[in-house]
Amino acid sequence: MTIEAAAPASMAPDAAARPLVHPGWVRVTHWVNALAMLMMIGSGWQIYDASPLFDFVFSPQIALGNWLAGALLWHFAAMWLLVVNGIVYVALGLASGRFRAKLFPIRPREVLRDFVAALRGKLSHDDLSVYNAVQKLLYAGVLLAGLVIVLTGISIWKPVQFWWLTAFFGGYDTARYVHFAAMAAIVAFVFVHVVLALIVPKSLRAMIVGR
Amino acid sequence: MMARPRKPIPGVDARDLIGDGAKLLPAPSRRLFLRGIVSVGALATLTGCDIIDGSTAENALRVVSNFNDWVQARLFNRHTLAPTYSESQVMRPFRFNAYYDEDDAPEVDGDTYRLQIGGLVDNKKPWSLPELYKLPEVSQITRLVCVEGWSAIGSWQGVRLSDFLKLIGADTRAKYVWFQCAEGYSNTIDMPTALHPQTQLTLKFDHKILPQAYGFPIRIRIPTKLGFKNPKYVTAMWVQNNDAGGYWENQGYNWFSGL
Repeated sequence: MTIEAAAPASMAPDAAARPLVHPGWVRVTHWVNALAMLMMIGSGWQIYDASPLFDFVFSPQIALGNWLAGALLWHFAAMWLLVVNGIVYVALGLASGRFRAKLFPIRPREVLRDFVAALRGKLSHDDLSVYNAVQKLLYAGVLLAGLVIVLTGISIWKPVQFWWLTAFFGGYDTARYVHFAAMAAIVAFVFVHVVLALIVPKSLRAMIVGR
Repeated sequence: MMARPRKPIPGVDARDLIGDGAKLLPAPSRRLFLRGIVSVGALATLTGCDIIDGSTAENALRVVSNFNDWVQARLFNRHTLAPTYSESQVMRPFRFNAYYDEDDAPEVDGDTYRLQIGGLVDNKKPWSLPELYKLPEVSQITRLVCVEGWSAIGSWQGVRLSDFLKLIGADTRAKYVWFQCAEGYSNTIDMPTALHPQTQLTLKFDHKILPQAYGFPIRIRIPTKLGFKNPKYVTAMWVQNNDAGGYWENQGYNWFSGL
C-alpha cells in the first residue's frame, strides 16, 4: 500500500529496521473506524437529547448535527462507513488469522496478572506486536460492543422489518437502553485507549506508520 | 458559530488546532498532548464547526438520505406485520404529540366535514363522517415510534386503507398517496406502504371516536412508519405519481422513515 511505501522516507533512518506491527489494512480500517465512530457517537448524543433515557442530556457543543434532523442525517450516513469498514476489518481479521493470533486465548489469570502489573507500571511494551492479556480482553470486548451497537441500532431503526432482532434485545424500548450501554462501553474504551496511547506514544506511531 | 481550521482526518496535524492551548503546557507534556490529542481534538473540531453543522453538510448528507429511501423501500416487506400488543399494554391516556401545543390542535367540525378525494381515482366523491363510520372496521394495537426515540402503544380502529383505495377505484399502480391536513401539515407515502394490511384510515382511538388531540376526524395510522408519517386531521387524499413531499420531510427528515 502507498502508506507503507511512503512511511519510511518521512521517518528516522532506523525506522525501516523496526518490525512491522500493524499492516496497512489494520491502520486504514482503524482510522476510518475512528472517524466513523466519532460521527456516530457525536450524532447519537444529539439524537439522544431529543428523548433522553436518563436524567441528563449531552451538551450540543459536543454533539454533532445541530438539531434532530441534522443529527439523524449524520447518523444514517456515517452508519454505512462504520458498517462497511467494520465488515472489511472483521473479514480480513478472520481471514488473515490476526484475530486468533493476537486476541486469543484470553486467560482470566493472565488478565489479572497483567492488570496488576499495569497498575504498578511494570508492564512491558518492548514488543508492540504482542498484546498483553488486558489488551486482548479490551480489544475483544470492544469488538463485541461494536457488534451489539450495530445489532441494537438495526433493532431501533427497523423494529418492524427485523422484529425478531428487536425481540431478541428485549423489545424496542429495551433495545434503546442496550444501544446506549454499548455506546457508553465504547466511549469508556476509547478513553482508556487514548490515555494509554499517550502514555506509550510509540504505540500511536505504530498505528500511523505501521512500525 | 466560530469557524475553525479543520482537517478531514483526525490527528493528521493536530498542531494547527490546539497549538495555542498546548503552549500553556510544559514541554514534555506538550509533546504528549500533541501526539495523543487525535480523537479528543477531532471530536471538538468536528462538532464545533459551522460547516459540518450547517446547511452545507445537510445538503450533502441528503444525498445519502435519498439512498437510504431506496434501501428502505427494498427492506420493506408487504407481508411483514408490525408486532401487536394486548389491551392492557395500551398507553392511557395516550401521548399527545405535535409541533404545537394541544390547545392549538385544529378543531374540525364533524358535521360539515368531507374527506376530499383526488388524483388517479375513479370516484372522487367527497366522504362525510357518517359514511366513513359505516365502512367495515378493522382494529389494531400497535406501537407508535416517534422519530425522537420514544414510543407508545395505542389502539386504533378504522378502515383498512387498501380496502378504501379499492372502494374509490384508486389506481394502485400509482407511486404515491398524498395527505393534506387541517392545520397545513402534509405527508406523501409510497404506494406499497399504503397497501400494507396494517395501514389504516383511522377513525377511532381505543374504540371511541378519535379525540381532537389524536387527530379528529381522521388519522392515517401506519405502524410500519415513524410517527410523523402518520398524518392527523386529514382533510384530503390524492393518489398521484409525483412526490409532493411533506412538512418534516421537506425540512430534512428522512422521506421513507420506515420501521
